[in-house]
Amino acid sequence: MNSRLVSIIRKEFIHIIRDPRTLAIMFVIPIIQLILLGYAATTDIRRLNTAVYDADHTSSSRQLTEAYRASDYFAIRYYVQSEEELARLLDGGQARAAIIIPAGYADNLAKGAPAQVAVIIDGSDPAVASTAFAAAQSVGQAHSIQIIQQRLGIDVTKIGGIEVRPRVWYNPELRSSNYMIPAVMGMILQFLTQLFTALAIVREREQGTIEQLVVTPIKAWELVVGKVVPYIGIAFFDLLEVLFLGVLLFDVPIRGSILLLLTLSLLFLLTTLGLGLFVSSVARTQQEAMFLSFLVMLPAIFLAGFFFPLEAMPAWLQAISYFVPLRYMLIILRGIILKGIGFGSLTEPVIALAILGPLIFTAASLRFRKSLE
Amino acid sequence: MISLRNLTKQFDTLTAVNNLTLDVNAGEVFGLIGPDGAGKTTTLRVISTAMNPTRGRVSVGGVDTQRDPEAIKRMIGYMPQRFALYPDLTVIENLNFFADVFGAPRAQRTELIARLLDFARLTEFQTRLARNLSGGMQKKLALAAALMHRPRLLLLDEPTTGVDPISRREFWDLLTEIHLEGVTIVIATPYLDEAERCARVGLMFRGELIACDAPNVLRDARRIGAVVLEARSAQAIAARQAIEARPGVLAASAHGDVLRVLADRAERATEWPSVWQARGIAASTPREVRARLEDAFVLMLSKFDRI
Repeated sequence: MNSRLVSIIRKEFIHIIRDPRTLAIMFVIPIIQLILLGYAATTDIRRLNTAVYDADHTSSSRQLTEAYRASDYFAIRYYVQSEEELARLLDGGQARAAIIIPAGYADNLAKGAPAQVAVIIDGSDPAVASTAFAAAQSVGQAHSIQIIQQRLGIDVTKIGGIEVRPRVWYNPELRSSNYMIPAVMGMILQFLTQLFTALAIVREREQGTIEQLVVTPIKAWELVVGKVVPYIGIAFFDLLEVLFLGVLLFDVPIRGSILLLLTLSLLFLLTTLGLGLFVSSVARTQQEAMFLSFLVMLPAIFLAGFFFPLEAMPAWLQAISYFVPLRYMLIILRGIILKGIGFGSLTEPVIALAILGPLIFTAASLRFRKSLE
Repeated sequence: MISLRNLTKQFDTLTAVNNLTLDVNAGEVFGLIGPDGAGKTTTLRVISTAMNPTRGRVSVGGVDTQRDPEAIKRMIGYMPQRFALYPDLTVIENLNFFADVFGAPRAQRTELIARLLDFARLTEFQTRLARNLSGGMQKKLALAAALMHRPRLLLLDEPTTGVDPISRREFWDLLTEIHLEGVTIVIATPYLDEAERCARVGLMFRGELIACDAPNVLRDARRIGAVVLEARSAQAIAARQAIEARPGVLAASAHGDVLRVLADRAERATEWPSVWQARGIAASTPREVRARLEDAFVLMLSKFDRI
């Protein structure tokens, strides 16, 4: 094998080992990100703080309140005696939802007249609000059907009509950690390879060692590949680390082939290493490289559909997202881990990466070669 | 060994080297001197193939640097001004790395590195991280690394800047050894005492070569058209100021209690004691001394500056 390449790789490993702080960062960052995003970036809405203004004070009104509590979406924390009090709790953020049962609720029910109930939801966080909105409606309807059944003394399911039975595939409990953790893997892969490749190359320039390297027979590609190989190794280690912790801490199911996942990751790494190389050809100091890397990473995370679904974005943003490699990697990661799909169902993202990878890497290599001057 | 023909290197609007033509003979020690920003580093970088010239031709050992840079790289050892080895690698790891990079044969490698370590007096420090070496030791390590592939030409960019005098002398002893083995050496240096040790010296100023010859020729008083006069005075600076503008004075400088004056003729000095006396400055009678390289360069640069 090419002895120059081997010697560069060996040297790069020594750099990594001699810098324990960076080494620690490389192995601890994935854990922190996993835990933070696994627990904190959850959109599962449970036990929303709720205030109840029950002006009716009857057993019927109490039954309704109980139905909301039992749904587990609403935690009844406050019972208030006026709408003003209710408004204060919502304003102050102590309550995120409120139920108002007007006086005469039980009477109306008894008369067979429509009994009205108001549910107020704090819409400042749309994700919370939309879940609460749907929950408020379905809990109310279910309770309503129950009351009708009692009055008629029949089982409505026995008189026909449509029964919708939604079934959720891949992630039946709708746990957002199942959705986030594969994405965290993608992010960590990009973060590590892009940032540390850029730093490793810029350091040679900052230290002035590049001046010595350019007068040796080392070729530009040997330098690039030699610098990048150790970080690919670390990235794979981190990938498995996150996968392992994801299973251990968050019960993430791994339904597909890990081997396929690793193989396709390699394709993705070509793009991130290319981006790192590009950053290194622009940045003059390690600080600049760090700053630029984040500048590239942040939009990529959003445009890849990391937190928010791409379908919800305006068309022009969606158009840009086609050039974000992470977008395709997230499809691959979520597909293999959650759905257990194979290569055959992934042709689209694989082709996209197979085009973007060599393109980005070649362009960056050309720029890098020029920047050696 | 080296042939520069009308070499010009431009960076955006700055012309670092301007139309430089120069030959360095095989086996000689050639000194490149000149103030900061004169273009010494750029010249060395172009010769080393680290940079391409904007215009002109450069060849080393008859090989054009742009046509076959790889061949040049095997012929030369280049030591940049800044310490350019890895601070987080040990002495031996650094040497091993460069041995690998230059493809030193496995069989001879251990012996070669042992010899270089011995040569650079670094054998007992071989497991020390390069960053923990003294400045002088770092320079010697860089020199050893540059010699790894037995280059025929050694390019040194201010190798002794910032090094204590003893290490400097030691470094020059090493250079002498290398030179005796037949290696051509080009050294850029700000120290004129080092320039005196070179077979030939080129003086660069603002990207141009304004003089190039053996040191004893360059400092020849008749050739530079001036005499050097020295006087002792406790108020050397005041003494200098008093006569600076007198007729025939080309340059004057004070070094401690010694006033050194370049004048067009020795007779100019006869009027200075009275000038000093009038200002109450006590000074000895000026007497003519041997010109140094420094005097020649001060004179050349001041002439050049006036043009």
